[in-house]
Amino acid sequence: MTGLPFTLAGAQLTALGSGALWWEERSILCVSDLHLGKSERMARRGGTTLPPYETQDTLIRLENDLQHTNAGTVICLGDSFDDMAAVGALPEEDRLWISRLQAGRRWVWIEGNHDPGPIGLGGSHLAELPLPPLTFRHIAKPGKSGEISGHYHPKVKVQTRLRTVSRPAFLFDSDRVILPAYGTYTGGLRSTDAALKGLMRKEARAIMTGQTPRLVAMPR
Amino acid sequence: MAPRGLPPLFETWFASKGWQAHPHQLEMLARADAACQLLIAPTGGGKTMAGFLPTLADLAEGAHQGLHTLYISPLKALAADIKRNLRTPVDEMGLSIRIEDRTGDTSQTRKKAQRVDPPHILLTTPESLALLTSYEDAPRMFAGLQRVIVDEIHALAESKRGDQLMLALARLQSICPGMRRVGLSATVDKPDEIAGLLARHPDPCDILVADPGPDPDIAMLVTDEPPPWSGGGAAYAIPAVMAEVKKHKTTLIFHNTRAQAEIFFHNLWLANEDSLPIGIHHGSLDRVQRERVEAAMVRGDLRAIVCTGSLDLGIDWGDVDLVIQVGAPKNVKRLVQRIGRANHRYNAPSKALLVPANRFEVVECVAALQAVEAHDLDGETRGPGPRDVLCQHILLRAASGPFEAGALFKEMTSAGAYAGLSRAAFDDCLDFCATGGYALRAYDQWQRLQQRPDGQWQLRDPRAAARIRMNAGTIQDTDTLKVRLKRSRGGKPLGEIEEGFAASLTPGDTFLIGGRIVRYEGLREMTVEVTRNATRKPKIATFMGTKFSTSTQLSQRILRLFQQQDWPELPDHTADWLRLQRDLSRLPEPDRLLVESFPRDGRENLCVYGFAGRNAQQTLGLLLTKRMEEMGLAPMGFVATDYATLIWGLDAVGDPVPLFDPQALRDGLDGWLAGNSLMKRTFRGAATIAGLIERNTPSARKSGRQATFSSDILYDTLLKYDPDHLLMRITRDEAMRGLVDFARIDEMLARIDGRIDLVRLDHVTPLSAPLFLEVGKVRVDGEAEERLLAEESAALMRDAGLTM
Repeated sequence: MTGLPFTLAGAQLTALGSGALWWEERSILCVSDLHLGKSERMARRGGTTLPPYETQDTLIRLENDLQHTNAGTVICLGDSFDDMAAVGALPEEDRLWISRLQAGRRWVWIEGNHDPGPIGLGGSHLAELPLPPLTFRHIAKPGKSGEISGHYHPKVKVQTRLRTVSRPAFLFDSDRVILPAYGTYTGGLRSTDAALKGLMRKEARAIMTGQTPRLVAMPR
Repeated sequence: MAPRGLPPLFETWFASKGWQAHPHQLEMLARADAACQLLIAPTGGGKTMAGFLPTLADLAEGAHQGLHTLYISPLKALAADIKRNLRTPVDEMGLSIRIEDRTGDTSQTRKKAQRVDPPHILLTTPESLALLTSYEDAPRMFAGLQRVIVDEIHALAESKRGDQLMLALARLQSICPGMRRVGLSATVDKPDEIAGLLARHPDPCDILVADPGPDPDIAMLVTDEPPPWSGGGAAYAIPAVMAEVKKHKTTLIFHNTRAQAEIFFHNLWLANEDSLPIGIHHGSLDRVQRERVEAAMVRGDLRAIVCTGSLDLGIDWGDVDLVIQVGAPKNVKRLVQRIGRANHRYNAPSKALLVPANRFEVVECVAALQAVEAHDLDGETRGPGPRDVLCQHILLRAASGPFEAGALFKEMTSAGAYAGLSRAAFDDCLDFCATGGYALRAYDQWQRLQQRPDGQWQLRDPRAAARIRMNAGTIQDTDTLKVRLKRSRGGKPLGEIEEGFAASLTPGDTFLIGGRIVRYEGLREMTVEVTRNATRKPKIATFMGTKFSTSTQLSQRILRLFQQQDWPELPDHTADWLRLQRDLSRLPEPDRLLVESFPRDGRENLCVYGFAGRNAQQTLGLLLTKRMEEMGLAPMGFVATDYATLIWGLDAVGDPVPLFDPQALRDGLDGWLAGNSLMKRTFRGAATIAGLIERNTPSARKSGRQATFSSDILYDTLLKYDPDHLLMRITRDEAMRGLVDFARIDEMLARIDGRIDLVRLDHVTPLSAPLFLEVGKVRVDGEAEERLLAEESAALMRDAGLTM
């Protein structure tokens, strides 16, 4: 499993190439913005009928990360579902799949702006989760430290010698880490966006996801 | 109705003008009752009048109520122009005929009024017509429609716009069974094929071929200064072109791309010491600007106009007495049609000059001149009607009200391009429109189309009709952003640039638009704000522009030219250049494959001169880079022209023979069809046309890529979980037919039969140089990217003094 280690508030964390965060010391795997059921929501609202495979694809990748890490705890950092109705519309086999992934480990659903209510699936449901020295919440709060969040779907664009490469990325500084979106049908927000520049310190760095995660200075 | 001659009123009018109707115009009048009639006439042959004469004669009788004739042209500007030109005879003969146009530029109020109370003659485009047929009140609006005139049908027949149009005509024919069809076409190689598209299948179509007129007076522009080795600007020819403009009354200066037109116009202005009135016209300019140029042209105020394909079709610009084509014409048929723009008088030879932009184009121009002289037109046969257009048509049909599947199938197969469509293939498309057509049946509850108890299909959510209309159309424009002068309250609009180009700009950068240099200030609400700036050398706007491919025939003529010992028909500079290529490397031969290998700018390059046409060379690029990736040669990308493919990467190729093993190439076909960016590009087009991806949503336009995820993700997902999905099949078919063209690779491999010459050099060669300036580079994702990113990551962190 390829990963890049870094420290936040004294905790040793690993950014995985898949976009998941691994806290080995506590055996915690954290993923953000799964947006399960996105295609169902679009169709329901009169939009187009996208290939209905994104839940499956997202869960396969999550299962892979769980197999590699054998995590004792999974924290889904919010926007795990594209909306509350998408939770109810989840096909039976996907519910069973999630139950299988939950078996034998602690599972925490953090509340997101897309899925603000309790989710009728196993695991506990929390607005945020403090695990000193860290706190897990969906949207970063300015001024906090030791914070793990998601929401923004950050991505970075890097100009290499011969080509520009753009990928979803972790952003981190001495106060916080913002996770990339883990879901298959998710776009990204450039690190150069004012919202992200405002949250991150000047010396913030980014870890680009992919086959081998890469550390770069956060492009601003 | 009996065949008729020119009514007295018309005869008097012609006489008052001192004109005489052309024989083919009278013939069209005589054949007014034909169910389907195709007229082939050269530019300037009074085609449009020939098409409208029967309509005007009918309407002159004054009995007809409502819409009589629908006129469809590929260009908005053409519709407006025809309106102007028809007005004159109608007014002068004192006929009370209402003529209106309807395009994307027509106001909403006007459009609504037209549906309630249609004019006698409605001038429109395929897109606007498709939308008209999607309204519930279409049967009322089109009631009584007698004739449909499709102008410049030769241009429409080459694209999906034509397929969309013919499906819309099939719909109209069901509403108005008596509707007669008329097609107007420029000189083409295969009139039968166009007739087959126009007619209601399997009905016949009459073809009338007008006198083609005298041969054009056409030559290559001779300049004191030789053209450069590469590049498309033709800046060297500015003084000579200026001299020609001065010698003539009105000159049209054609370019193959918008970017080239912009640069040329800019340079022409710098050389315009006498301040002659010269204008620019292309599709990315703001409408107001374009209309101003068009009006000035009609008034005869302009001495020259720098333009692109936006002026290709028969707009009547008055007294054009010279056409200049800058850059290789690529296609003999198109060249002949462009030349016809000069001297809009029937039976007078048109005068044209070819200006090659670089030395390779000199060869191409000479080959094209020889082909024009030999009346050797080129053409390619299009395959069966594309199914993405079919899907869009089904959705539009659903927007207009419930339908019965069998009846719609019958209607659609009456369009020539879809005559061979099987019921199963149609049902596939219907299923896609209704449920998404996935192997995993996920949307039973949320189907887009539902079958009612009586068997008819209808939209589940009637509000979807508006979304479907918003996304209609088959033109795949790259996303563009509007450009405005920065002012406190919204400055003057200048035109549009591509989103990708806008993203590459940083404040302070300069670029050309509408012939002026502007400075990029910033992006505000999806509008590019600029200020005037005349001091800096511009970055060049990368407009998509139309890329023509050189026809097979022209490629073969060029290869034959190369084989000569010497080239007396070529200017010295070009003959010298070919000799230099022969000395430094070699010249490509018809029965061998020349492959050059050389380093440049930190990359290794491989140039393959297959002369197989742009699409096949493109495919070759994909197959070769895939093989190179497997062989660990870290290819990064390639670009293809009609005669060669240039591949760059991190490592040099030592032995090209294994790369060109026919069996391996064929085996590679399936593999690469899966994962390359060209397929993704094809998929994006098909998915957008078929209605899977919505470009426009009722809420304001989203902020580009930030809010939406890319179509690439959808492609990857389908490839993984549903590789046989309808859209994947459409993508594959389309790629094989259009972008892939594997047959010509096979043909090339058979021709060279293993005779491959690898020439290793330490620098770029004369013949390969132009490829470095080609647009349309295709990137290859693989090992190279990982290596570059690792390099960059290490360097960045080192520079920033950062360590882990």
